[in-house]
Amino acid sequence: MDAGRPRLHRFSRTERAVHWVHAAAFLVLLATGLALYLPSLSELLGRRPLLKSIHVWTAVVWIVALVLVVAAGDRRSLRATLREVDLFDRDDRNWLLRRGPPQGRLNAGQKINTILTGVFALLFAITGVLLWYGERDTRFRFAQTILIHDWLTYISFVLFVGHLYLSVIHPRTRHSLTGITRGWVYEDWAREHHAKWARLARREGADAP
Amino acid sequence: MSSNDADARPYGRRAFLGLLAAGLTSFAWARPASRVFAPVTSQFSALAGDLLPVGGWRIYTISGSMPVFDPKTWRLEITGLVRTPVSLTYDELRSLPRSRQVSTFHCVTGWTVKDVRWAGVRFEHLLALARPLPSARAIRFVSLEEPYDDSLTLDQSLLADVMLAYDMDGAPLTRAHGSPARVVIPEMYGYKGVKWLTRMELVDAQPTGYWEGLGYDQNAWVGRSNGRG
Repeated sequence: MDAGRPRLHRFSRTERAVHWVHAAAFLVLLATGLALYLPSLSELLGRRPLLKSIHVWTAVVWIVALVLVVAAGDRRSLRATLREVDLFDRDDRNWLLRRGPPQGRLNAGQKINTILTGVFALLFAITGVLLWYGERDTRFRFAQTILIHDWLTYISFVLFVGHLYLSVIHPRTRHSLTGITRGWVYEDWAREHHAKWARLARREGADAP
Repeated sequence: MSSNDADARPYGRRAFLGLLAAGLTSFAWARPASRVFAPVTSQFSALAGDLLPVGGWRIYTISGSMPVFDPKTWRLEITGLVRTPVSLTYDELRSLPRSRQVSTFHCVTGWTVKDVRWAGVRFEHLLALARPLPSARAIRFVSLEEPYDDSLTLDQSLLADVMLAYDMDGAPLTRAHGSPARVVIPEMYGYKGVKWLTRMELVDAQPTGYWEGLGYDQNAWVGRSNGRG
Protein backbone atom coordinates (compact mmCIF):
# COMPACT_ATOMS: atom_id res chain seq x y z
CA MET A 1 0.00 0.00 0.00
CA ASP A 2 1.24 3.48 -0.84
CA ALA A 3 1.39 5.46 2.37
CA GLY A 4 1.72 8.79 0.60
CA ARG A 5 -0.88 8.20 -2.09
CA PRO A 6 -3.82 10.56 -1.47
CA ARG A 7 -7.08 8.99 -0.41
CA LEU A 8 -10.69 10.14 -0.34
CA HIS A 9 -13.32 9.16 2.17
CA ARG A 10 -16.12 7.42 0.24
CA PHE A 11 -18.50 5.52 2.54
CA SER A 12 -19.49 6.32 6.14
CA ARG A 13 -19.43 3.73 8.90
CA THR A 14 -23.22 3.55 8.80
CA GLU A 15 -23.30 3.02 5.05
CA ARG A 16 -20.75 0.26 5.39
CA ALA A 17 -22.67 -1.33 8.24
CA VAL A 18 -25.86 -1.38 6.15
CA HIS A 19 -23.95 -2.94 3.27
CA TRP A 20 -22.36 -5.69 5.35
CA VAL A 21 -25.45 -6.55 7.38
CA HIS A 22 -27.27 -6.95 4.10
CA ALA A 23 -24.44 -8.89 2.44
CA ALA A 24 -24.01 -11.32 5.36
CA ALA A 25 -27.73 -11.98 5.60
CA PHE A 26 -27.99 -12.41 1.83
CA LEU A 27 -25.25 -15.04 1.83
CA VAL A 28 -26.73 -17.07 4.69
CA LEU A 29 -30.21 -16.82 3.21
CA LEU A 30 -28.94 -17.81 -0.22
CA ALA A 31 -27.01 -20.81 1.12
CA THR A 32 -29.82 -22.13 3.31
CA GLY A 33 -32.39 -21.28 0.64
CA LEU A 34 -30.51 -23.29 -1.98
CA ALA A 35 -30.20 -26.22 0.43
CA LEU A 36 -33.97 -26.13 0.92
CA TYR A 37 -34.65 -25.70 -2.78
CA LEU A 38 -32.26 -27.91 -4.77
CA PRO A 39 -33.25 -31.60 -4.56
CA SER A 40 -29.63 -32.78 -4.77
CA LEU A 41 -28.61 -30.56 -1.86
CA SER A 42 -31.74 -31.38 0.15
CA GLU A 43 -30.91 -35.06 -0.07
CA LEU A 44 -27.22 -34.59 0.64
CA LEU A 45 -27.69 -32.36 3.68
CA GLY A 46 -30.99 -33.54 5.13
CA ARG A 47 -31.81 -31.63 8.32
CA ARG A 48 -34.53 -29.65 6.60
CA PRO A 49 -36.23 -28.40 9.80
CA LEU A 50 -32.91 -27.00 11.06
CA LEU A 51 -32.08 -25.31 7.74
CA LYS A 52 -35.57 -23.87 7.61
CA SER A 53 -35.17 -22.40 11.11
CA ILE A 54 -31.80 -20.91 10.20
CA HIS A 55 -33.32 -19.40 7.05
CA VAL A 56 -36.27 -17.87 8.89
CA TRP A 57 -34.26 -16.60 11.88
CA THR A 58 -31.56 -15.13 9.65
CA ALA A 59 -34.28 -13.12 7.94
CA VAL A 60 -35.51 -11.88 11.33
CA VAL A 61 -31.98 -10.95 12.45
CA TRP A 62 -31.37 -9.24 9.09
CA ILE A 63 -34.39 -6.96 9.46
CA VAL A 64 -33.73 -6.21 13.15
CA ALA A 65 -30.06 -5.48 12.44
CA LEU A 66 -30.93 -3.07 9.64
CA VAL A 67 -33.38 -1.26 11.89
CA LEU A 68 -30.74 -1.04 14.63
CA VAL A 69 -28.08 0.28 12.25
CA VAL A 70 -30.44 2.95 10.99
CA ALA A 71 -31.58 3.82 14.53
CA ALA A 72 -28.10 4.01 16.03
CA GLY A 73 -26.16 5.13 12.98
CA ASP A 74 -25.55 8.33 11.07
CA ARG A 75 -28.96 8.84 9.52
CA ARG A 76 -27.83 12.05 7.84
CA SER A 77 -25.36 10.16 5.71
CA LEU A 78 -28.03 7.61 4.83
CA ARG A 79 -30.47 10.33 3.84
CA ALA A 80 -27.78 11.94 1.69
CA THR A 81 -27.13 8.59 0.04
CA LEU A 82 -30.83 8.07 -0.66
CA ARG A 83 -31.00 11.51 -2.25
CA GLU A 84 -27.95 10.73 -4.32
CA VAL A 85 -29.46 7.45 -5.51
CA ASP A 86 -32.72 9.18 -6.33
CA LEU A 87 -31.25 11.84 -8.60
CA PHE A 88 -30.12 10.96 -12.10
CA ASP A 89 -28.55 13.93 -13.84
CA ARG A 90 -27.77 14.21 -17.54
CA ASP A 91 -24.35 12.60 -17.11
CA ASP A 92 -25.95 9.63 -15.34
CA ARG A 93 -28.49 9.17 -18.08
CA ASN A 94 -25.84 9.41 -20.78
CA TRP A 95 -23.51 7.10 -18.87
CA LEU A 96 -26.10 4.33 -19.16
CA LEU A 97 -25.95 4.68 -22.96
CA ARG A 98 -22.17 4.91 -23.28
CA ARG A 99 -19.70 4.78 -20.44
CA GLY A 100 -18.29 8.23 -21.13
CA PRO A 101 -19.58 11.05 -18.92
CA PRO A 102 -17.94 11.76 -15.54
CA GLN A 103 -19.82 10.27 -12.60
CA GLY A 104 -20.57 11.24 -9.01
CA ARG A 105 -19.75 9.19 -5.94
CA LEU A 106 -22.13 6.49 -7.24
CA ASN A 107 -22.30 5.91 -10.97
CA ALA A 108 -25.66 5.33 -12.65
CA GLY A 109 -25.17 1.57 -12.59
CA GLN A 110 -24.47 1.60 -8.87
CA LYS A 111 -27.58 3.68 -8.31
CA ILE A 112 -29.67 1.17 -10.22
CA ASN A 113 -28.09 -1.68 -8.27
CA THR A 114 -28.97 0.07 -5.01
CA ILE A 115 -32.57 0.58 -6.13
CA LEU A 116 -32.93 -3.04 -7.24
CA THR A 117 -31.40 -4.30 -4.00
CA GLY A 118 -33.90 -2.25 -2.00
CA VAL A 119 -36.89 -3.42 -4.04
CA PHE A 120 -35.75 -7.04 -3.87
CA ALA A 121 -35.17 -6.86 -0.13
CA LEU A 122 -38.73 -5.63 0.38
CA LEU A 123 -40.28 -8.19 -1.97
CA PHE A 124 -38.20 -10.99 -0.44
CA ALA A 125 -39.38 -9.94 3.02
CA ILE A 126 -43.05 -9.71 1.99
CA THR A 127 -43.14 -13.05 0.17
CA GLY A 128 -41.06 -14.63 2.92
CA VAL A 129 -43.48 -13.55 5.63
CA LEU A 130 -46.37 -14.86 3.50
CA LEU A 131 -44.64 -18.22 3.01
CA TRP A 132 -43.96 -18.48 6.73
CA TYR A 133 -47.37 -17.32 7.90
CA GLY A 134 -49.27 -19.07 5.11
CA GLU A 135 -48.07 -22.35 6.56
CA ARG A 136 -50.04 -21.43 9.69
CA ASP A 137 -53.11 -19.74 8.21
CA THR A 138 -54.57 -20.73 4.83
CA ARG A 139 -55.95 -17.24 4.22
CA PHE A 140 -52.38 -16.08 3.61
CA ARG A 141 -51.44 -18.99 1.36
CA PHE A 142 -51.22 -17.95 -2.29
CA ALA A 143 -50.08 -20.24 -5.08
CA GLN A 144 -47.88 -17.45 -6.50
CA THR A 145 -45.89 -16.64 -3.39
CA ILE A 146 -43.27 -19.33 -3.78
CA LEU A 147 -42.98 -18.66 -7.51
CA ILE A 148 -42.24 -14.98 -6.84
CA HIS A 149 -39.77 -15.81 -4.05
CA ASP A 150 -38.00 -18.16 -6.50
CA TRP A 151 -37.79 -15.58 -9.28
CA LEU A 152 -36.45 -12.98 -6.87
CA THR A 153 -33.74 -15.51 -6.04
CA TYR A 154 -32.81 -16.15 -9.68
CA ILE A 155 -32.59 -12.46 -10.56
CA SER A 156 -30.81 -11.37 -7.39
CA PHE A 157 -28.33 -14.21 -7.82
CA VAL A 158 -27.41 -12.88 -11.26
CA LEU A 159 -27.09 -9.35 -9.84
CA PHE A 160 -24.97 -10.69 -7.00
CA VAL A 161 -22.57 -12.45 -9.38
CA GLY A 162 -22.20 -9.28 -11.42
CA HIS A 163 -21.65 -7.19 -8.28
CA LEU A 164 -19.03 -9.67 -7.05
CA TYR A 165 -17.25 -9.63 -10.41
CA LEU A 166 -17.01 -5.85 -10.53
CA SER A 167 -15.99 -5.41 -6.91
CA VAL A 168 -13.57 -8.33 -6.50
CA ILE A 169 -12.34 -9.53 -9.90
CA HIS A 170 -12.50 -6.89 -12.63
CA PRO A 171 -9.04 -5.21 -12.53
CA ARG A 172 -10.22 -1.69 -13.28
CA THR A 173 -13.08 -1.59 -10.78
CA ARG A 174 -12.08 -3.91 -7.95
CA HIS A 175 -10.30 -1.16 -6.01
CA SER A 176 -13.83 -0.01 -5.09
CA LEU A 177 -13.90 -2.86 -2.55
CA THR A 178 -11.61 -0.79 -0.30
CA GLY A 179 -14.30 1.86 -0.15
CA ILE A 180 -16.86 -0.47 1.35
CA THR A 181 -14.41 -2.29 3.65
CA ARG A 182 -12.28 0.57 4.96
CA GLY A 183 -14.24 3.58 3.80
CA TRP A 184 -11.64 5.23 1.55
CA VAL A 185 -10.40 4.96 -2.02
CA TYR A 186 -7.31 6.32 -3.74
CA GLU A 187 -7.89 9.74 -5.17
CA ASP A 188 -6.37 8.95 -8.56
CA TRP A 189 -8.70 5.95 -8.92
CA ALA A 190 -11.65 8.10 -7.88
CA ARG A 191 -10.70 10.75 -10.44
CA GLU A 192 -10.84 8.14 -13.16
CA HIS A 193 -14.09 6.43 -12.11
CA HIS A 194 -16.00 9.08 -10.19
CA ALA A 195 -14.55 12.32 -11.53
CA LYS A 196 -17.27 14.71 -10.39
CA TRP A 197 -17.22 13.35 -6.88
CA ALA A 198 -13.41 13.31 -6.69
CA ARG A 199 -13.27 17.00 -7.62
CA LEU A 200 -15.91 17.91 -5.07
CA ALA A 201 -14.49 15.76 -2.31
CA ARG A 202 -11.06 17.28 -2.78
CA ARG A 203 -12.53 20.75 -2.54
CA GLU A 204 -14.41 19.84 0.64
CA GLY A 205 -11.29 18.25 2.06
CA ALA A 206 -12.69 14.76 2.47
CA ASP A 207 -9.29 13.26 3.14
CA ALA A 208 -9.36 9.80 4.52
CA PRO A 209 -7.31 9.18 7.64
CA MET B 1 -23.23 18.22 -6.26
CA SER B 2 -22.44 18.73 -9.92
CA SER B 3 -22.77 21.23 -12.70
CA ASN B 4 -25.73 19.21 -13.92
CA ASP B 5 -27.77 19.63 -10.74
CA ALA B 6 -30.34 21.61 -12.68
CA ASP B 7 -31.32 18.73 -14.91
CA ALA B 8 -31.13 16.05 -12.22
CA ARG B 9 -34.33 14.01 -12.20
CA PRO B 10 -35.77 12.01 -9.28
CA TYR B 11 -35.82 8.81 -11.31
CA GLY B 12 -34.54 6.67 -8.45
CA ARG B 13 -37.68 6.96 -6.34
CA ARG B 14 -39.90 6.39 -9.36
CA ALA B 15 -37.92 3.33 -10.37
CA PHE B 16 -38.09 2.01 -6.81
CA LEU B 17 -41.85 2.47 -6.54
CA GLY B 18 -42.47 1.21 -10.07
CA LEU B 19 -40.47 -1.95 -9.52
CA LEU B 20 -42.08 -2.49 -6.14
CA ALA B 21 -45.52 -2.16 -7.74
CA ALA B 22 -44.49 -4.59 -10.48
CA GLY B 23 -43.33 -7.05 -7.85
CA LEU B 24 -46.48 -6.76 -5.74
CA THR B 25 -48.87 -6.99 -8.68
CA SER B 26 -47.03 -10.13 -9.80
CA PHE B 27 -49.33 -11.96 -7.39
CA ALA B 28 -51.85 -11.40 -10.17
CA TRP B 29 -49.66 -12.06 -13.21
CA ALA B 30 -46.93 -14.44 -12.00
CA ARG B 31 -48.90 -17.57 -12.79
CA PRO B 32 -49.96 -16.69 -16.35
CA ALA B 33 -46.43 -15.38 -16.98
CA SER B 34 -44.84 -18.57 -15.73
CA ARG B 35 -47.07 -20.51 -18.13
CA VAL B 36 -45.85 -18.36 -21.00
CA PHE B 37 -42.24 -18.99 -19.99
CA ALA B 38 -42.81 -22.65 -19.16
CA PRO B 39 -41.48 -24.00 -22.50
CA VAL B 40 -38.23 -22.12 -21.92
CA THR B 41 -37.83 -22.86 -18.23
CA SER B 42 -38.76 -26.52 -18.53
CA GLN B 43 -36.15 -27.03 -21.26
CA PHE B 44 -33.65 -25.24 -19.09
CA SER B 45 -34.45 -27.48 -16.14
CA ALA B 46 -34.27 -30.58 -18.33
CA LEU B 47 -30.78 -29.47 -19.34
CA ALA B 48 -29.62 -28.78 -15.83
CA GLY B 49 -31.20 -31.91 -14.38
CA ASP B 50 -32.04 -31.76 -10.74
CA LEU B 51 -29.23 -29.34 -10.05
CA LEU B 52 -31.44 -26.45 -11.08
CA PRO B 53 -35.05 -27.52 -10.64
CA VAL B 54 -36.66 -24.58 -12.42
CA GLY B 55 -40.29 -25.64 -12.43
CA GLY B 56 -39.34 -28.99 -10.98
CA TRP B 57 -39.42 -30.89 -7.76
CA ARG B 58 -38.42 -29.69 -4.37
CA ILE B 59 -37.96 -32.07 -1.55
CA TYR B 60 -39.79 -31.41 1.70
CA THR B 61 -39.02 -33.39 4.82
CA ILE B 62 -40.13 -32.90 8.39
CA SER B 63 -37.34 -34.63 10.26
CA GLY B 64 -33.58 -34.36 10.58
CA SER B 65 -32.69 -36.92 7.94
CA MET B 66 -34.37 -38.81 5.14
CA PRO B 67 -35.22 -42.44 5.83
CA VAL B 68 -32.92 -45.03 4.26
CA PHE B 69 -34.56 -47.91 2.41
CA ASP B 70 -33.00 -51.30 3.16
CA PRO B 71 -34.54 -54.01 0.92
CA LYS B 72 -33.55 -56.68 3.44
CA THR B 73 -35.46 -55.26 6.37
CA TRP B 74 -38.15 -53.10 4.74
CA ARG B 75 -41.69 -54.45 4.89
CA LEU B 76 -45.04 -53.03 3.89
CA GLU B 77 -47.43 -53.93 6.71
CA ILE B 78 -51.18 -53.84 6.18
CA THR B 79 -52.84 -53.96 9.59
CA GLY B 80 -55.79 -52.70 11.60
CA LEU B 81 -59.34 -53.62 10.62
CA VAL B 82 -58.39 -56.47 8.28
CA ARG B 83 -59.09 -60.19 8.21
CA THR B 84 -55.56 -61.06 7.14
CA PRO B 85 -52.71 -58.84 8.34
CA VAL B 86 -50.16 -58.64 5.53
CA SER B 87 -46.42 -58.10 5.50
CA LEU B 88 -44.88 -57.69 2.05
CA THR B 89 -41.21 -57.59 1.09
CA TYR B 90 -40.06 -55.20 -1.64
CA ASP B 91 -39.93 -58.06 -4.18
CA GLU B 92 -43.38 -59.23 -3.21
CA LEU B 93 -44.73 -55.71 -3.64
CA ARG B 94 -43.17 -55.48 -7.10
CA SER B 95 -44.64 -58.85 -8.12
CA LEU B 96 -48.21 -57.62 -7.62
CA PRO B 97 -50.19 -56.49 -10.74
CA ARG B 98 -48.40 -53.46 -12.11
CA SER B 99 -50.08 -50.26 -13.29
CA ARG B 100 -48.63 -47.25 -15.06
CA GLN B 101 -49.86 -43.70 -15.31
CA VAL B 102 -48.75 -40.23 -16.31
CA SER B 103 -50.09 -37.54 -14.01
CA THR B 104 -49.39 -34.04 -12.77
CA PHE B 105 -48.10 -33.49 -9.24
CA HIS B 106 -49.37 -30.43 -7.35
CA CYS B 107 -47.80 -29.16 -4.15
CA VAL B 108 -49.94 -27.13 -1.80
CA THR B 109 -47.20 -24.47 -1.65
CA GLY B 110 -47.82 -23.68 -5.30
CA TRP B 111 -45.36 -25.61 -7.45
CA THR B 112 -46.35 -28.25 -9.96
CA VAL B 113 -44.56 -30.99 -11.87
CA LYS B 114 -46.27 -32.02 -15.09
CA ASP B 115 -46.35 -35.44 -16.70
CA VAL B 116 -44.72 -37.54 -14.02
CA ARG B 117 -44.54 -41.19 -15.11
CA TRP B 118 -45.46 -43.46 -12.23
CA ALA B 119 -45.57 -47.26 -11.96
CA GLY B 120 -46.90 -49.18 -9.00
CA VAL B 121 -49.81 -51.07 -7.52
CA ARG B 122 -53.48 -50.06 -7.34
CA PHE B 123 -54.84 -50.22 -3.82
CA GLU B 124 -57.53 -52.72 -4.79
CA HIS B 125 -54.80 -55.36 -5.14
CA LEU B 126 -53.26 -54.54 -1.78
CA LEU B 127 -56.67 -54.48 -0.07
CA ALA B 128 -57.60 -57.80 -1.72
CA LEU B 129 -54.68 -59.39 0.11
CA ALA B 130 -55.64 -58.03 3.53
CA ARG B 131 -59.44 -58.19 3.14
CA PRO B 132 -60.68 -55.17 5.15
CA LEU B 133 -63.45 -55.74 7.70
CA PRO B 134 -66.84 -54.13 6.94
CA SER B 135 -66.16 -51.53 9.63
CA ALA B 136 -63.04 -50.23 7.81
CA ARG B 137 -63.61 -46.81 6.25
CA ALA B 138 -60.15 -45.33 5.71
CA ILE B 139 -56.46 -46.12 5.38
CA ARG B 140 -53.87 -44.47 7.58
CA PHE B 141 -50.51 -44.33 5.78
CA VAL B 142 -47.46 -44.38 8.05
CA SER B 143 -44.08 -43.18 6.80
CA LEU B 144 -40.62 -44.32 7.85
CA GLU B 145 -40.09 -40.60 8.39
CA GLU B 146 -41.53 -40.14 11.85
CA PRO B 147 -43.98 -38.76 12.77
CA TYR B 148 -45.34 -38.32 9.23
CA ASP B 149 -48.66 -39.96 8.49
CA ASP B 150 -51.76 -39.16 6.48
CA SER B 151 -54.89 -40.94 5.36
CA LEU B 152 -57.39 -41.47 2.56
CA THR B 153 -60.89 -42.85 2.73
CA LEU B 154 -61.25 -46.28 1.12
CA ASP B 155 -63.27 -44.68 -1.68
CA GLN B 156 -60.52 -42.14 -2.35
CA SER B 157 -57.87 -44.84 -2.38
CA LEU B 158 -59.81 -46.69 -5.08
CA LEU B 159 -60.06 -43.73 -7.50
CA ALA B 160 -58.81 -44.68 -10.97
CA ASP B 161 -55.54 -42.69 -10.79
CA VAL B 162 -54.53 -43.46 -7.23
CA MET B 163 -51.67 -45.89 -6.63
CA LEU B 164 -48.85 -46.98 -4.42
CA ALA B 165 -45.93 -46.07 -6.68
CA TYR B 166 -42.50 -47.71 -6.63
CA ASP B 167 -41.17 -46.34 -9.95
CA MET B 168 -40.94 -42.75 -11.11
CA ASP B 169 -39.96 -41.67 -14.62
CA GLY B 170 -38.83 -45.16 -15.53
CA ALA B 171 -36.65 -45.93 -12.53
CA PRO B 172 -37.20 -47.11 -8.96
CA LEU B 173 -38.11 -44.25 -6.62
CA THR B 174 -35.03 -42.45 -5.35
CA ARG B 175 -34.50 -41.76 -1.68
CA ALA B 176 -35.54 -38.14 -2.09
CA HIS B 177 -38.80 -39.19 -3.73
CA GLY B 178 -39.75 -41.66 -1.00
CA SER B 179 -38.09 -44.99 -1.78
CA PRO B 180 -39.21 -47.71 -1.86
CA ALA B 181 -42.87 -46.73 -2.16
CA ARG B 182 -45.09 -43.67 -1.92
CA VAL B 183 -48.78 -42.89 -2.25
CA VAL B 184 -49.79 -41.07 -5.44
CA ILE B 185 -53.12 -39.26 -5.64
CA PRO B 186 -52.85 -36.63 -8.40
CA GLU B 187 -56.17 -34.94 -7.63
CA MET B 188 -54.95 -34.01 -4.15
CA TYR B 189 -52.00 -31.91 -3.01
CA GLY B 190 -48.77 -33.78 -2.47
CA TYR B 191 -48.85 -33.86 1.32
CA LYS B 192 -51.51 -36.58 1.08
CA GLY B 193 -49.05 -38.78 -0.84
CA VAL B 194 -47.08 -40.29 2.02
CA LYS B 195 -43.46 -41.08 1.08
CA TRP B 196 -41.21 -43.83 2.49
CA LEU B 197 -44.37 -45.82 3.20
CA THR B 198 -44.01 -48.68 5.67
CA ARG B 199 -47.50 -49.32 7.02
CA MET B 200 -51.14 -49.11 5.95
CA GLU B 201 -53.54 -49.23 8.85
CA LEU B 202 -57.22 -49.84 8.13
CA VAL B 203 -59.33 -47.69 10.45
CA ASP B 204 -63.02 -46.88 10.93
CA ALA B 205 -62.56 -43.10 10.77
CA GLN B 206 -59.91 -40.85 9.22
CA PRO B 207 -57.40 -39.78 11.88
CA THR B 208 -55.75 -36.35 11.91
CA GLY B 209 -52.58 -36.62 9.87
CA TYR B 210 -49.32 -34.74 10.34
CA TRP B 211 -50.23 -31.71 8.17
CA GLU B 212 -53.90 -31.79 9.12
CA GLY B 213 -52.72 -31.31 12.68
CA LEU B 214 -51.06 -28.11 11.48
CA GLY B 215 -54.24 -26.77 9.92
CA TYR B 216 -54.20 -28.29 6.43
CA ASP B 217 -57.36 -29.80 4.96
CA GLN B 218 -58.17 -33.49 5.29
CA ASN B 219 -59.59 -33.55 1.77
CA ALA B 220 -56.81 -31.84 -0.15
CA TRP B 221 -58.43 -31.56 -3.57
CA VAL B 222 -56.25 -29.57 -5.95
CA GLY B 223 -57.72 -26.09 -6.45
CA ARG B 224 -60.63 -26.72 -4.05
CA SER B 225 -58.99 -26.89 -0.62
CA ASN B 226 -56.51 -25.18 1.65
CA GLY B 227 -57.88 -21.73 0.95
CA ARG B 228 -58.09 -22.13 -2.84
CA GLY B 229 -61.09 -22.16 -5.12
